[in-house]
Amino acid sequence: MAGRMMMESGPLTGPVSTDGTAGATHPRSAELSGVPAKPNPAANPSNGEIDGTFWRRFTFRRPLAALVLQRLGLSVGLLFAVSLMIFGGIEALPGDFATTYLGQSATPQAVENIRKDLGLDRPWTERYVSWLGGALQGDFGTSWASKNSVGEQISKRLGNSLFLAFFAALVSVPLAVGLGMLAVQFRNRLPDKIINVVSLAAISLPEFFVGYLLIMFFAVKYGVATFPATVYDSMTFTERLSAIALPVATLVLVVLAHMMRMTRAAILNVMSSAYVETAELKGLGMFRIIARHAAPNTVAPVINVIALNLAYLVVGVVVVEVVFVYPGMGQYMVDAVTVRDMPVVQACGLIFAAFYIFLNMAADILAIIANPRLRHPR
Amino acid sequence: MSDYKDYLTRQVMLGKMNRREFLGRAAAAGILASTAGTLFATSAQAQEPKRGGHLKLGLEGAAATDSKDPAKALSQFMFVVGRNWGDMLVESHPTTGAPVPALAESWEPSADASTWTFAIRKGVKFHDGKELTLDDVIKTLQRHTDEKSESGALGVMKSIKEIKADGDKLVLVLTEGNADLPLLLTDYHLIIQPGGGIDKPDAMIGTGPFKVTSFEAGVRATFEKNADDWRTDRGYVDSVELIAMNDATARIAALSSGQVHYINRVDPKTVNLLKKAPTVEILNTSGRGHYVFIMHCNTAPFDNNDLRMALKYSMDRETMVQRILGGYGKVGNDFPINDTYALFPEGIEQRAYDPDKAAFHYKKSGHSGPVLLRTSDVAFPGAVDAAVLYQESAKKAGIEIEVKREPGDGYWTNVWNVQPFSTSYWGGRPTQDQMYSTAYLSTADWNDTRFKRPDFDKILLEARAELDEAKRKDMYRTMAMMVRDEGGLILPMFNDFVNASTKQVKGYVHDIGNDMSNGYVATRVWLDA
Repeated sequence: MAGRMMMESGPLTGPVSTDGTAGATHPRSAELSGVPAKPNPAANPSNGEIDGTFWRRFTFRRPLAALVLQRLGLSVGLLFAVSLMIFGGIEALPGDFATTYLGQSATPQAVENIRKDLGLDRPWTERYVSWLGGALQGDFGTSWASKNSVGEQISKRLGNSLFLAFFAALVSVPLAVGLGMLAVQFRNRLPDKIINVVSLAAISLPEFFVGYLLIMFFAVKYGVATFPATVYDSMTFTERLSAIALPVATLVLVVLAHMMRMTRAAILNVMSSAYVETAELKGLGMFRIIARHAAPNTVAPVINVIALNLAYLVVGVVVVEVVFVYPGMGQYMVDAVTVRDMPVVQACGLIFAAFYIFLNMAADILAIIANPRLRHPR
Repeated sequence: MSDYKDYLTRQVMLGKMNRREFLGRAAAAGILASTAGTLFATSAQAQEPKRGGHLKLGLEGAAATDSKDPAKALSQFMFVVGRNWGDMLVESHPTTGAPVPALAESWEPSADASTWTFAIRKGVKFHDGKELTLDDVIKTLQRHTDEKSESGALGVMKSIKEIKADGDKLVLVLTEGNADLPLLLTDYHLIIQPGGGIDKPDAMIGTGPFKVTSFEAGVRATFEKNADDWRTDRGYVDSVELIAMNDATARIAALSSGQVHYINRVDPKTVNLLKKAPTVEILNTSGRGHYVFIMHCNTAPFDNNDLRMALKYSMDRETMVQRILGGYGKVGNDFPINDTYALFPEGIEQRAYDPDKAAFHYKKSGHSGPVLLRTSDVAFPGAVDAAVLYQESAKKAGIEIEVKREPGDGYWTNVWNVQPFSTSYWGGRPTQDQMYSTAYLSTADWNDTRFKRPDFDKILLEARAELDEAKRKDMYRTMAMMVRDEGGLILPMFNDFVNASTKQVKGYVHDIGNDMSNGYVATRVWLDA
């Protein structure tokens, strides 16, 4: 659950500094802090040639495009920082690949062979640079333990993870938003209370527990669901769907409450504003008020929370994968960390970070599109 | 001789010996094959295996990092995978632990046990249709002997000086005499591959009862029956599926819902719950693995034998077996050998919990203050609980043990074999010689008790080359007594291998060699619908 709590802290803006990373490409680093500076009133388009740069004019004319570009630059910088942190993190772990991999059967000779083979005797800075160079060209190297191409293995695992996440999102997002709206409509009445209690209960249970409960009832007791949820190449699409039914149900239960409650809170917040009151006084129906007047203004916070949960569905499902024996990215990364298989850990970490950063960026951009006021902050 | 015949018959009736082994051993003992044949036919009809079906196993221990090269196999999962598709030169007998022929039909040592000649079985085909040759065998062994290889069998193979052909026989020349050589060749890394696996170590082509049909590291492996198998007494099912299940609860759920036929590594804490399921059978096998508390004999305060004895007497072994192993295990006697080894030294008095004797030795040692014990749950399942139990039992002898819980990550690098008093685990070895050579020889890399005794080393090396079993047994007894009374090893328990299956699974062989019927589970069982 810790992972999810962290994600609730909101989109990645503000605190990230701009030094050195993406700042170098931009003349005005202040704009990179996530809150763009207000355009200079004197710098109107006509005299932009004189006192403004191209970037300034661009920001003024196409504020949206400029913001998107900034976010992109920031994301790339962040990814670099993350890659450095991942590398340093593994470097700091006790034990190295050779000893961990050979375990109790490690003879000094075998350890020495492996270390030399993998270039572990080189300084870590050198190894970092060569790894990053490869990664930039899409080459994640080969796994130290299995000697297979990391990129190849990851594409398969990532495919599995995305398959699971996609169906979990397909069920949970409409369900959450719908339930949220339903809860508002029946505010403080029985349906609202039921939705609240059930979703609170679901969010309070750790996902492995939800998973075990589902397995116990649907696989062991009634035998209606497929378990384990192992998917493999020769499976048909329907077999796959039946295999992932239980993990998808677990994930839906786990992420539903968060999104649903956010939708409900956001709508309620808007509902108490003056223009909704006006609409009410005009005599409009409750559902119409919610759908036409309130909902558009709640898009930004709801998108944010959805993006966070989508990111969770891809990067945070390790426990669910383990419980259901599902061969996704999380399981892959855990295996690799256990034996300190650096190329795999690094690639997984980088891909997770990329997903997380991308979804947050998308949420920010969508929020700005939905709310034009955000384009020209005071 | 008739006693031996009775013994063999009993083994057959108990289903512990198959026809081939029976005939081999009966012939060796001079019993006429025809007599033996009828005997087998009358006694073992009830055990006639059924053929066919799809066997599914849910196994712990697979990882995405698993390598298909048998030289690099480490995990429990790959152990079973290898047993399915490959064969070694020699196998070990499931109940006696003695070497039995596999791809090597017979063998002959020189008088000093330093040169061994093996006859290689003829007419065996690899999965790709190629016939097994002496060349394949030689190249395989050479690959595992190469200092540059990352083979897990390198330690076992380093005593082999020369691998050569003599006509159609294989000759192995050792650096010193070793009466146990055939057993060393049972190592699961030493699967005979075409061309020694030098060109294609990952091909998974062997002579085993099953051909690999698909393999996804850390996920799943599937096999189909090898129609050309050179043996008929194995590989009863049509196809096998191994599914990686690293979560203990997932394994239990899969077994009790009937999605798999067999699971490994059942937690002793949950075994009684699992037992209640009507379709499930618990399969526990005595093993050689043992949980240990290790003291460095050369580091204060453990360089004092009285303190070591005090700590040995303050261990309540019976309680440990009950509480930590849930009863699935046997008490240990402070030397790393139990009766599953051939030439086990019988009649050594069992050391018991004795607070008075512990207090006596403790006082004599002159030590005072707490003794620091480092532990972590990666040392063995329940290691932290075991340390706390130990703390309690030692308290009654007036010995204060301070238990320090170390992080599991890096335990094997930073604590085990580094710190003077810690908890650990040892898997068994095929022979006593190997067990002692790995951890109790002065020069051993993993002498984790810092037990350095020239007199012990001398007996060990002598016993290794001794072909006379009675003499050898005597030597092993002396060595056991030395480790037990003067070593730094506290060995409270040998753990059983606890696995479970559905009741459909028949013919499970409780193999003392290693877990999961010594890895042969899929090749030995059959399904009874």
